[in-house]
Amino acid sequence: MRIKHHPILNDETRECNATIIVDGKKVPAIEGEPIAAALLAAGIRKFRETPKYHKPRGIFCAIGRCTDCVMIVDGIPNVRTCVTPVRNGMVIKTQKGLGEWGEKS
Amino acid sequence: MTQKIGVKYQGFPSDEELAKIPGVPDAERIKKGPVAFIECAQEIPCNPCEEACPYGAIQVGKPITNLPKLDPKKCVGCGNCIAACPGLAIFVVNGARDKAEISFPYEYYPLPKRGDIVDCVDRSGKVVTTGKVLRVVRAPNYDHTAVITVKVDQEYIDIVRSIKRLGGPEHE
Amino acid sequence: MKTTEIAIIGAGPAGLSCAVEAAKAGAKVTLLDENLKPGGQLFKQIHKFFGSREHQAGTRGFRIGEQLLKETEELGVEVLLNAAVYGIYENKTLAYVKDGKDHALRAERIVIAAGASENALAFPGCTLPGVMGAGAAQTMINVHRVLPGKKILMVGSGNVGLIVSYQLMQAGAEVKALIEAAPQIGGYGVHAAKIRRAGVPIYVSTTIKEALGTEAVEGVVIHSLDEKWQPIPGTERTLDVDTICLAVGLSPLTELAWMAGCEFTFIPPLGGHVPIHDENMETTLPGIYVAGDITGVEEASSAMEEGRLAGVASAESLGYYDEDTAKRLKDEIWQRLNSLRTGPFGEGRFKAKIKQLQARRQLA
Repeated sequence: MRIKHHPILNDETRECNATIIVDGKKVPAIEGEPIAAALLAAGIRKFRETPKYHKPRGIFCAIGRCTDCVMIVDGIPNVRTCVTPVRNGMVIKTQKGLGEWGEKS
Repeated sequence: MTQKIGVKYQGFPSDEELAKIPGVPDAERIKKGPVAFIECAQEIPCNPCEEACPYGAIQVGKPITNLPKLDPKKCVGCGNCIAACPGLAIFVVNGARDKAEISFPYEYYPLPKRGDIVDCVDRSGKVVTTGKVLRVVRAPNYDHTAVITVKVDQEYIDIVRSIKRLGGPEHE
Repeated sequence: MKTTEIAIIGAGPAGLSCAVEAAKAGAKVTLLDENLKPGGQLFKQIHKFFGSREHQAGTRGFRIGEQLLKETEELGVEVLLNAAVYGIYENKTLAYVKDGKDHALRAERIVIAAGASENALAFPGCTLPGVMGAGAAQTMINVHRVLPGKKILMVGSGNVGLIVSYQLMQAGAEVKALIEAAPQIGGYGVHAAKIRRAGVPIYVSTTIKEALGTEAVEGVVIHSLDEKWQPIPGTERTLDVDTICLAVGLSPLTELAWMAGCEFTFIPPLGGHVPIHDENMETTLPGIYVAGDITGVEEASSAMEEGRLAGVASAESLGYYDEDTAKRLKDEIWQRLNSLRTGPFGEGRFKAKIKQLQARRQLA
């Protein structure tokens, strides 16, 4: 959920000017915002599954330290979505385990 | 487990604690007209209230951990201190009229409008009465802290310190 | 190889303040930060700061940050963003990765202002999506303008837990409760009073039993603790939440200082292992300084003063200030720093910092 009106930060002035493809579905995003922000705004909280027990994981620290939020971005696994900026047309996939290189679609 | 009272346990000062702090005016002064009610009960290095008062009615001095002391004679209840307090701990109360008027800082959206009838809450957030919004002030030097004034029955003058948040999800 | 006079690692409140002071003195300053934007945790602080006029009390944290940033620009400080410093080597050479490429930077003086990171808490279900640091939630709402959840349980009643609860409500979320394992509230009463007025219950002597949910947090079970901090059977309550924020303390990010060879001391009130420094913020390695939360977890106001101290001291050591001017500037900063470490909340930190300075003297 995006915060449109904020009592201290004023109104949102940016527009969703980009589209990312998340597990095959189009998700609106703002160019330059962290991938994780676009996902959370769309209500997507599970970003990956752990290798052994396939447990769901999502953001934890949100500042690029803990690596809980990694996903496969444009074919590259283990990308920290909380510090990686959105580019229009990015392809994002829920990372299963350690992921695989070259998984684009 | 029984809930202990006091600012360290329940998050707001108890009536006993309030009676002891130098920022709180007595009932007699409250009946005379608007006056600041400073609910600052802990020694924190902080003194913007002292600087904000144009009448010199708030004294902190040095060290700046001193609790702010209110001079009820100098205070005219202008409310400049309300938005200046980083802790949002200052109010202005007026017991001189038929109904009590209570001014408090408010930093949520949506804001109420003048004339609205709103649920008024006590320090624990419990709705205790309804009141009418008399004023909503947002001055530039308040930097996004609105100061709202509500009119409630006199018996709530020491009790009501805010309104229930509007438009947000319902609380239990 | 690229060179500079004073390299500052970390562009948070301490690093920015340090850069401004060092540049004012006339030194050539390079400020590095691993993030895309400078400011560290300062730009998330949308509440008004405490202190006195000289501490910019009454000003919202992010406005202080904007001001500092503007000053670094005006003073011509070189700011390298997306630049993660991963090592400090001989001759004060830093290695950093920027935009995917490896770089080295040789400096005459280094100031490590790397800050601190949030602690985690272990409980069944703690890895579920929806369990996050309180700072993480704060980053999402105040920097990225996205709500990470709608119904929150806040764990921890220090100033971070209290303030972030308030800010989550400003962002439109509902905070169902704030729980604290200790028998009393840790942070400022005025912060707690704000959230109580908004209807948020604060339960002391309470902790999490488990987080519920399969794909994400769907609820949480909390229970009460006795005087020995043991859970009391039969006191379990289930709360309807989709997010659990952990505000259970911070730990200094000290890897670079360890790696460089700085001596450390263990002071729990400051967050654990902290680098030893003197009154000039200089570590046991000549020419390497530290400032801000890396030296001990305090607050943004003290981080800024420590940053200024390191800036003046490192510039002095390079000859940019004579001894008398430097002393005057440093004394002023120490006065402001000491006044922040007063009162029942500040005293403990004051004593802890004295211990840290004593550790330095003992090694001399």
